[in-house]
Amino acid sequence: MSNEITISVNGKSETHTVEGRELLVDFLRERLSLTGTHVGCDTSSCGACTIHMNGQAVKSCSILAAQADGAEVTTIEGLASNGALHPLQEGFNEEHGLQCGFCTPGIIMTAADFLQNNSNPTEHEIREALEGNFCRCTGYHNIVKSIQYAAKKMNA
Amino acid sequence: MTYIGKSVKRVEDRRFTTGKGQYTDDIKLPNMTYAYILRSPYAHAKINKIDTSAALAMDGVVAVFTGEDVKDVGGVPCGWQVNFKNGDVMKEPKHPLIAHERVLHVGDNVAMIVAESKSIARDAADLVDVDYEELDAAVDAFKAVADGAPQVHPEAPNNMAFDWELGNPKEEVAEALSNAAHITELSFVNQRLVANAMEPRSAIGDYDDAYGRHTLYTSSQNPHLTRLLLSAFVLGLPEHKVRVVAPDVGGGFGSKIFHYTEEALVVYFSHKIGRPIKWTAERSESFITDAHGRDHITKAKMGFDAEGNIVGFQVYTHANMGAYLSTFAPAVPTYLYGTLMQGLYTTPKINVDVTGVFTNTTVVDAYRGAGRPEATYMIERLMDLAALEMGKDPAELRMQNFIPPFDGVNQEGYATQVALQYDSGNYEGVLRKALDLAGYSEMRAQQAATSNGKLVGIGFSTYIEACGIAPSAVVGSLGARAGLFESAQVTVQPTGKVTVYTGSHSHGQGHETTFAQIVADKLGIGIDDVEIVHGDSDRVAFGMGTYGSRSLAVGGSAIVKSVEKVLEKGAKIAAHLLEASPDDLEFGAGKWTVKGSDKSVAFGDVSLTAYVPHNYPEGMEPGLDFSSFYDPANFTYPFGAYIAMVEIDKETGKVDLKRFVAIDDVGNVINPMIVDGQIHGGLAQGIGQALLEGAIYDENGQLINGSYMDYCMPRADDFPSFEIGRQHTPCPHNPLGVKGAGEAGCIGSTPAIVNAVIDALWKAGHQVKDIRMPLTPERVWKAMNN
Repeated sequence: MSNEITISVNGKSETHTVEGRELLVDFLRERLSLTGTHVGCDTSSCGACTIHMNGQAVKSCSILAAQADGAEVTTIEGLASNGALHPLQEGFNEEHGLQCGFCTPGIIMTAADFLQNNSNPTEHEIREALEGNFCRCTGYHNIVKSIQYAAKKMNA
Repeated sequence: MTYIGKSVKRVEDRRFTTGKGQYTDDIKLPNMTYAYILRSPYAHAKINKIDTSAALAMDGVVAVFTGEDVKDVGGVPCGWQVNFKNGDVMKEPKHPLIAHERVLHVGDNVAMIVAESKSIARDAADLVDVDYEELDAAVDAFKAVADGAPQVHPEAPNNMAFDWELGNPKEEVAEALSNAAHITELSFVNQRLVANAMEPRSAIGDYDDAYGRHTLYTSSQNPHLTRLLLSAFVLGLPEHKVRVVAPDVGGGFGSKIFHYTEEALVVYFSHKIGRPIKWTAERSESFITDAHGRDHITKAKMGFDAEGNIVGFQVYTHANMGAYLSTFAPAVPTYLYGTLMQGLYTTPKINVDVTGVFTNTTVVDAYRGAGRPEATYMIERLMDLAALEMGKDPAELRMQNFIPPFDGVNQEGYATQVALQYDSGNYEGVLRKALDLAGYSEMRAQQAATSNGKLVGIGFSTYIEACGIAPSAVVGSLGARAGLFESAQVTVQPTGKVTVYTGSHSHGQGHETTFAQIVADKLGIGIDDVEIVHGDSDRVAFGMGTYGSRSLAVGGSAIVKSVEKVLEKGAKIAAHLLEASPDDLEFGAGKWTVKGSDKSVAFGDVSLTAYVPHNYPEGMEPGLDFSSFYDPANFTYPFGAYIAMVEIDKETGKVDLKRFVAIDDVGNVINPMIVDGQIHGGLAQGIGQALLEGAIYDENGQLINGSYMDYCMPRADDFPSFEIGRQHTPCPHNPLGVKGAGEAGCIGSTPAIVNAVIDALWKAGHQVKDIRMPLTPERVWKAMNN
């Protein structure tokens, strides 16, 4: 079964015919070559594939491309605006919030959504917000600091 | 120094935070096909027949390969030979690229389906009809050596891969123990772990018919070693016609050191079908095919005299190797484990006895720390337990047994009972710093005062590790089938910009920043004028890769050697331009100056002259480009002291980590921010082993928690922020004085956590010697309530 779908991805309208079973993450990676969104598991546990759909963080491995028909999607490639990095992208560099970088796009997208809803979070709230994202490199210590950096910058 | 010792922000971050990193699965080649590997659902079975006809007939399927297609090529080899005690060579059965006639573990390769898309390949795999005859499986290393246990390999009776011992003769240790005033004994399991790098393994094979060249893109920690093994041992390809690229790699932790069957398969079959083939593991495949770590069953006995001084130490371990010998597997429970039994203590008599055992499980090899965490876990558990049994403070018991400080320059290195010569150390120093940072006496007061339905425990661990792996001749005498040096080429461009080609692969460690800091400082140029290249055998002439906390100590030292050659030649060119003798020049701030004058020539003028050699020293070759190989004189020996404080819920048994204090001494530090990050990550993995993680096999050899729904990965809210600090005891035998930081946190942290839980239980009157890791609420609750 195939469907023609149109999704706005990082502000650009994309119309493609997709298989009914095609996952949104495969649509982004394979059809649009937006490979900043990663696949780290097959159980929607790790969060490496997190993107924004209609302004909310979602795991793009657990959504069919066809379900995203008509949606507005933002991926890590679309987070910076007019060449200026998002405060989280800056914060992860400032606070050494990444090592291998594989989980980073998903964590940044999760955190961007979180900070929209909680602009002044406690450390505990940040750690809870990251429950759906795995990082194996950093022990999360500097990820927490990176998000705190961004929160501070966004509130300034 | 402008850069060395500073927390320079990482130059690699921008591509990762903007989604521009390029991992193997992100690569798309023209005309590429996709592979799916059908894997054994049984731990041990005969394959009577495979029928691939229905799969082959499916639209979009390009080819289906089975064991029959690779039975005449090599298997993936083992890179370290350990001999039996009687001198016989270890048992080393072939690890075929695809199982032929029998499968030996769940996940063993049975067929590779190549198709026009991932989904077609996967669908077609369902149509491959395999007739299995299931056999009994050997799973537990201790049971597998018993007479009558299922046999994994006919050529390895009782499933023994090797047996091995190190240290003083057993009789001497027994005598020391028989005279001991107190003996602490412990039997325990160091459970099997799954590395779980966040990027699943991936490999692309691509054959270029026009040039007769093979290219392999692979998520590897050491592309050159993979090229060597693939060319010389597996496929018999000419090494100069093979290019291996490890682009951005999403974590390794040991599991991407090894040469895997899938790498050879995509190379071999892309040649056969004349199209590129990409294979990427699904996470559930990673769980059953990435080499696992740890999996020891151990009995240990430590004896003390009446004052509390250690007098003897005897260890017996059964180490599970899995179904085959992975690349470095035999080294892990032997030369990376037995050699660490001295710990930080003056123990006069030590013997360690290890049996390596085949089972019908996924292979076990190096995982962050590799052998050293297992040694540390045992020694440090015994120390805290002995302190509880003897009524001593665990910090004081350690202090009285520590090897006294030595710098390796004015005082000699410390020769252990187990074959190593420690380079430099100040063990009391790190423990004192840790006690200060923790506020130890207040911590104990807080422990005594807690009464809100919680038990509080405090646990210690003081570790040492052997890393900076490794002097080639030494490891060669111990069985390594490779040298463990590193190479570096430093190319100064005519304009004075510098490209460094290093054999150390970076997959999160930040080499592109740390190495650039060193080169920029030594040449007196800006860090933006230095580019670090790694991970491509066509660009980097040779390399031995990244593992064993070796990148800076070995790879960094090779870079320093090449930089020194640049400076030496540069001085001669500068002297010519300045009409002075090289001996009269000094180099600093990016220029050569005639001592005591203001006559100078800048680095960029010298580099330009080297490539435009019109006014040039007679007889000197043009160019400013040097390669070096650095083979270390010894291992390096980082060490540290960790203190954990836990709170246990009396009702549920849940352990809550309240504080973790870590003082590490990794020698000199180039980038403190990056070293902190390495420590944090190591701590999390070590704590994960103590509290959360563990691969569980049932008696049939099924991995019953092989997914993220079942294997408990550490999450952000499992940890507090870590409290870390450092001491600096330089390494005396490498030019940077560095020791390595990649594994430290993972080696030292596990026993501190378990010790803290045991301490809490003892203080509450439950004299429990051991709780099996991971310390789940159920296990802790049972320990409190039995």
